[in-house]
Amino acid sequence: MKKVELRNVCKSYDGPPQVVTNVNVTINPGEFFILVGPSGCGKSTILRMIAGLESITGGQLLIGDQVANSLMPSERNLSMVFQNYALYPHLTVKDNIVFGLHVKKVPKEERKRRCEEVAAMLGLSDYLNRKPRHLSGGQRQRVALARAIVNESPVCLMDEPLSNLDAKLRAHMRAEIRQIQRKLGITMIYVTHDQMEAMTMGDRIMVLNKGEVQQVGHPLDIYNHPANPFVATFIGSPPMNVVDATVAHNQIHIEGIKPIDIMDSQLANKEIIQVGIRPEHISFASKEIEDKRRNIVEVVNVEVLGNETVIAFKLGAGEWMAKWSGQWRVQIGDRIPLEISYDAISVFDKESNELIKSPKVSDLHVFEHEVI
Amino acid sequence: MMTRGKKWTFYILLMISAVVMFFPTFYAFMVSFMSSEEVMAGKLFPSELTLRNYQDAFDKLPLLHYLMNSFIVSISVTIGQLIVSSLAAYAFVFIQFKGRNALFFLFISTMMIPWEATMIPNFMTIQQFGWINRYFGLTIPFFAMAFGTFLLRQHFKTIPKELQEASQIAGLSRFQFFYKVVLPVSKTSLVTLGAYGFLTTWNMYLWPLLVTNNESVRTVQIGLKQLQAEEIATDWGVVMAGVIVVVIPTLVLLFAGQKQLQKGLTQGAIK
Ligand SMILES: Nc1ncnc2c1ncn2[C@@H]1O[C@H](COP(=O)(O)OP(=O)(O)O)[C@@H](O)[C@H]1O
Ligand SMILES: [Mg+2]
Repeated sequence: MKKVELRNVCKSYDGPPQVVTNVNVTINPGEFFILVGPSGCGKSTILRMIAGLESITGGQLLIGDQVANSLMPSERNLSMVFQNYALYPHLTVKDNIVFGLHVKKVPKEERKRRCEEVAAMLGLSDYLNRKPRHLSGGQRQRVALARAIVNESPVCLMDEPLSNLDAKLRAHMRAEIRQIQRKLGITMIYVTHDQMEAMTMGDRIMVLNKGEVQQVGHPLDIYNHPANPFVATFIGSPPMNVVDATVAHNQIHIEGIKPIDIMDSQLANKEIIQVGIRPEHISFASKEIEDKRRNIVEVVNVEVLGNETVIAFKLGAGEWMAKWSGQWRVQIGDRIPLEISYDAISVFDKESNELIKSPKVSDLHVFEHEVI
Repeated sequence: MMTRGKKWTFYILLMISAVVMFFPTFYAFMVSFMSSEEVMAGKLFPSELTLRNYQDAFDKLPLLHYLMNSFIVSISVTIGQLIVSSLAAYAFVFIQFKGRNALFFLFISTMMIPWEATMIPNFMTIQQFGWINRYFGLTIPFFAMAFGTFLLRQHFKTIPKELQEASQIAGLSRFQFFYKVVLPVSKTSLVTLGAYGFLTTWNMYLWPLLVTNNESVRTVQIGLKQLQAEEIATDWGVVMAGVIVVVIPTLVLLFAGQKQLQKGLTQGAIK
């Protein structure tokens, strides 16, 4: 198991616009590390630079303790799973799995043993003699996975491996990949555009936008303390509501709702800010709540998802979303009272986009190890 | 869906065309059993089925020797074309280099120059090399084939680039990727091109006529012509017997490779 380190890594494809700018990160041995961001933000490019399929135009890449910038892909001792699986169509599942071992001249018995082991782990034992085109999407995915782990390379790269599967299978494979990674202890670098995959699978995630690193950290830290409005709206579903706001008379003024009283000194000498609030932190304002904190809004859409309800409503010029647990029988066009409290909001600087304040919400239950 | 009437007209037209198309072949086959008198009388069916004409054809000409020559030449050209075209197509698809597209279009534009136009320079080159009456002269000019390169390039382009990348990570060299992945994956196109090359070479007439002037490497198509010219009054029965013998290998190839051929030719088209 090796660490992978990127130092000021940059990339431009024959031309000035940099697709990836100054990426600095150390991926620890045995870590499940996720690169996430909207499509076109340079995730695949970073992964392919690590794999050696794309040249690095600036900075340094270290695999283990070795500078790997100019190593051939095969010398980097890693395995890779592609989005379209890239199985060899003319080879059987078995031959696909041992293809790399064959090239590396691993002895025949060893090849057979490892192939059978991996096939058993992934439930492929019955399909070993089939050609890829006679497999379902999920099975092909597993073959691609098997081919990657059979090499026992210390580092494994995956580029959106689950995006061609249906939702149910995707959830299943998510758990399975995670388990295998833990069991083998490989360093995993995993690319996805799906924030849900990032949140559920990663030990740490790196959020990218337009080739620049936005934030690196533990999924929950990123969720609770997003470094800027981009991360705030990218991570979490439905996304955080973010609007411009002004500070005056120790109150935050947002178009369309009543002013929010500021409870501490974090916003001292700020005037123009951005306020974000997660849909689940908008609360329903019951009758007991004093009038100056009750905002009546008009519902424009309702989605009841069994045990939770997502309500979209008009606010100022935009549309906001609230997410409440339980089944709320609200109709489109209804006017409902909401409360947005100071504790629930995140505040970002308008110019630098930096996080000034994160929410302090009492109903955000955090169970630490000790409790259990 | 077609109406009944439409279907009938359609099939009748098809049948008529089939008969028209097939008649010369059929007539040649029939003539190959007839005596000269019967041919002259313009009969459609021979009065008796004898193999005398076939016997004559083999007696008058070293037909087996010619057939053998044709085989050697056709097989060599086929293999040569496959090797050269596939390597060229591989370079055009999988190797990045400056001016790749420009070079390819230059290469392809040679398809627009008729073969006859290059015949004289080619002949002089061959003559300079001293390749008259040698297999080299009959085969090597046909190895580089723009059409074959084009056909294979089209197929190679459908191979996902991830396959190449996966091979790179696995540690395959460029050449290993070529013969372990690209060639097996493109089997249908290779078979198509092979069959096409074989048939074209087998039926070649003008070039073998130019570069051979004795029996040693002469191909069978020229031999047939000899059969026709040697006598004052041509014995068409014998000529047709020779023709039938010559056609057999092509027919065998067509029947054997029909499925593959169709697949290969339509592959790039519908995708
Ligand atoms: N071979 C290439 N040549 C030029 N530009 C490219 C190439 N590959 C990717 N790009 C550009 O680089 C950017 C990042 O691409 P990519 O890394 O594939 O994004 P992602 O995987 O995050 O969707 C995109 O704007 C894309 O257009
Ligand atoms: Mg990508």
